[in-house]
Amino acid sequence: MTIAWYLAVSALVFAIGAAGVLIRRNPLVVLLCLELMLNAANLALIGFSKMWGNNDGQIFALIVMVVAACEVTVGLGVIVAMHRRRLPIDVDAMRELQG
Amino acid sequence: MSYIIFFIAALGTLAGAIGVITLKDPFYSVLALVAHLISLAVLFMLLQAEFVAAAQVVVYAGAVMVLYVFVVSYVGGQNLPSGQGPGRGGMLGAFACGGALVIELFIAVLGSGLKAIGTDGAHVVAGFGNPERIGTLFLTKFLAPFEIASYLLLLAAVGAVTLARRRGGLDDGEEDWPTISAIDFLRPRPYYTGTMAEGFGHADELSAAHAAERQERPT
Repeated sequence: MTIAWYLAVSALVFAIGAAGVLIRRNPLVVLLCLELMLNAANLALIGFSKMWGNNDGQIFALIVMVVAACEVTVGLGVIVAMHRRRLPIDVDAMRELQG
Repeated sequence: MSYIIFFIAALGTLAGAIGVITLKDPFYSVLALVAHLISLAVLFMLLQAEFVAAAQVVVYAGAVMVLYVFVVSYVGGQNLPSGQGPGRGGMLGAFACGGALVIELFIAVLGSGLKAIGTDGAHVVAGFGNPERIGTLFLTKFLAPFEIASYLLLLAAVGAVTLARRRGGLDDGEEDWPTISAIDFLRPRPYYTGTMAEGFGHADELSAAHAAERQERPT
């Protein structure tokens, strides 16, 4: 299987994630769509790592996974805090983040 | 053989991704993302990134998704928006954006003129993506990113705890927190210390009930 196929899958997943961020209103699903985009980038990184025969791309992918985990914890923390304050869980209703 | 595995895994990846953005219930979206991540791990294996595939399944499809499931069931479905998109025009605009992004990425990546893109990649030695190689790189060439990543994780954990604390965080914090001194660790602790009951403020009643029960019981 050539590298181009993997890159095509990566591009499709990234576009699906971007469309999901635009059409969904639930912040939980918006975070899931961000995960999709980060994973698409990971797939491209690992594809290029294989293309060069070099492990550096895989290290980069692991660091991206760390950043994604951090983003998830902080994002879910914000959602839980919104739920505690009885704010609507809706990205259209979120106008400000001033606490 | 690898062609068949690739197409099955790629279809799983794309189907999971479409499931994430189309399913109404956020819980099912999370499950679709788990399917997506596992298919993606198969693709990573095909690209000989064994350690990244294992980390993907264990950390992502395991731990991070459990966190998502907890938050989805905590926030619940009653006050969530119905999942409807922002009307017909917004839907069309979003799909136009997605389609334009696909075309742009195809032009940028596949039309980049990289010769090796049409090959199976470099011929790699055995043990290309195994933990030994990754660990050696992390502790030699990429030591600084590794350490910075650990600080980032620490900051994220502290930030999440601060945000999702029972009170405070987003409130203005006008309450007196109990102070702890070293002598408190030497005193005998009441029952239900450190349990969830204490967190909700029921520890006193519960320990009183426990003491009463112990007095009633003949020794």
